[in-house]
Amino acid sequence: MTSTTFAVRQATGPTVEAEAVVSPVPFSARYDLDRTTGVISRGDHPLLGTSVRDRILIARGVQGGVAAGWAFLSMRDLGVGPCGLVFGATNPVMVQGAVTAGLPIVAGVDDAFFDAVSTGDVVRIDPARREVAVVS
Amino acid sequence: MRLTAFEREVLDGSHGDALAGVLREQVSVGEFFGADRLVEISNAHFMGDREVFGQAGLDYLTRLVDAGLTARVPTTRNAQSVDLEHAQLFAQSADLIEGEQRTRVLLRDLGVSAVNTCIGYQTVYQPRFGEHVAWGDTGTVAYANSVLGARTNYESGAAGLAAALTGRTPEYGYHLDTHRRANVRVRVSAALTDVAEWGALGTIVGERCRGYWNVPAIELAQARGPVSDQLKHFGASLASFGSMAMYHVVGITPEAPTFEAANRGREVLDEFEVTDADIEAALAREFPGGGEVDLVVFTAPQLSFFEAKQLADGLRGRKVADSVRLIATTNSMTFEALSEHGHLAAITDAGGVVLRGTCWYVMDPAAQRDTFGWRNLVTNSAKLVNIIRAHGYRPALRTTAECVEAAVTGRVSSR
Repeated sequence: MTSTTFAVRQATGPTVEAEAVVSPVPFSARYDLDRTTGVISRGDHPLLGTSVRDRILIARGVQGGVAAGWAFLSMRDLGVGPCGLVFGATNPVMVQGAVTAGLPIVAGVDDAFFDAVSTGDVVRIDPARREVAVVS
Repeated sequence: MRLTAFEREVLDGSHGDALAGVLREQVSVGEFFGADRLVEISNAHFMGDREVFGQAGLDYLTRLVDAGLTARVPTTRNAQSVDLEHAQLFAQSADLIEGEQRTRVLLRDLGVSAVNTCIGYQTVYQPRFGEHVAWGDTGTVAYANSVLGARTNYESGAAGLAAALTGRTPEYGYHLDTHRRANVRVRVSAALTDVAEWGALGTIVGERCRGYWNVPAIELAQARGPVSDQLKHFGASLASFGSMAMYHVVGITPEAPTFEAANRGREVLDEFEVTDADIEAALAREFPGGGEVDLVVFTAPQLSFFEAKQLADGLRGRKVADSVRLIATTNSMTFEALSEHGHLAAITDAGGVVLRGTCWYVMDPAAQRDTFGWRNLVTNSAKLVNIIRAHGYRPALRTTAECVEAAVTGRVSSR
């Protein structure tokens, strides 16, 4: 198995490895997701109908508001949430929400990572080493 | 991070495991963003209700209450998902209603004032220039930083509550001078008279310059000095479309006597002009040829007294079309004032519904769409337009007067 590793500038949480869901548009927990099922529900979203359940959610940017702070905790409780988050740039809400839910989150990832990763790839987040890797 | 003796004691568990856990979350966030320390705050505002936090949130609050924790600073709650008086009218689920009733008890025990408003800065508490606070709701953050010169980051539900319980928050981002400098320059030649047009400006700037760390400076060529409600809609839209937490209006907001003063040497990422044609294009994105409308909604943010008075003046003596539901939301303080002055009656006599303590988009609008068959929606809130698509609606942004006409005629005007 080969892996390509990328450095990240900001990171917190445990190490996790899972299948990726790569959003080509900025991510918002309130605008994009049905938070009871973990399925992307926004009508004009390129990934409409895709589940983030037990996957690593990846996007270059984020948008929207404070709902994400509770959304990750709530989705984890329902067993429908992502298991990790990777953003090019993020806002505090995503980080606060991830920390409350015990999810790993990294940001400040090299742009090349987003060119290298696709939905369905296996990705590993290692916050302690400040790394994210495309494993296969 | 450099921690005080008190903060180290808390982390060591001397003040209980629950408070240690709360502060540990704050330190993790602070370390993520490279904060040197925690800063004491004077006020907290947070979002928390059954619709956004589910059973997990109720369990989270219950653990804090059981541990005997209470807010260390005055703390308010944002707009929430149920107006108990109107819950049946909107077919809200028993689960939401019961969740709200349980939440109110828990919040009282935590020392949180459940004023249920996203316009607390217009009705409850206005921090002074330079005051450090920890506010949730992105629109309130934009207003606090930009218009009042107070200092806060976006504080999500649990994070805002954590700040209330510890009386502090990590010092990074908009608590620091360096991040408050403008790095986007926008020259606005558009006239901008209605709140919808200010919201449209937020749409244009937010979409083009999206990013929490970007700070636009707006230079007005002809628009008159904006009033509080216009800045409220601009900031709410900017936050919604652009995830932005601060802006300057040159010559208007307190940290921008000039563009140079707002910028203070920060590299400018983008510079552009917004014209009347740009605003018109934003308003005409949906229903450019007009069309039938199911819902007319005034919300996001809640209406101030004068916004609601304008609505009442537009509806007085008229009738909302039978095919249309007109909804306006505000907080309890404004609701009572509207009632005393006869404006509430003007809206309800026309067939409108005024909800208090909630903001319509957090009232499970997808369920309402299914129940009532609603789809086409008109609003003067650009923020609502951005949010409501995810719930299966087709929204149009129009001026306040056009929204009133849509409510009365059952048709949204062409643009």
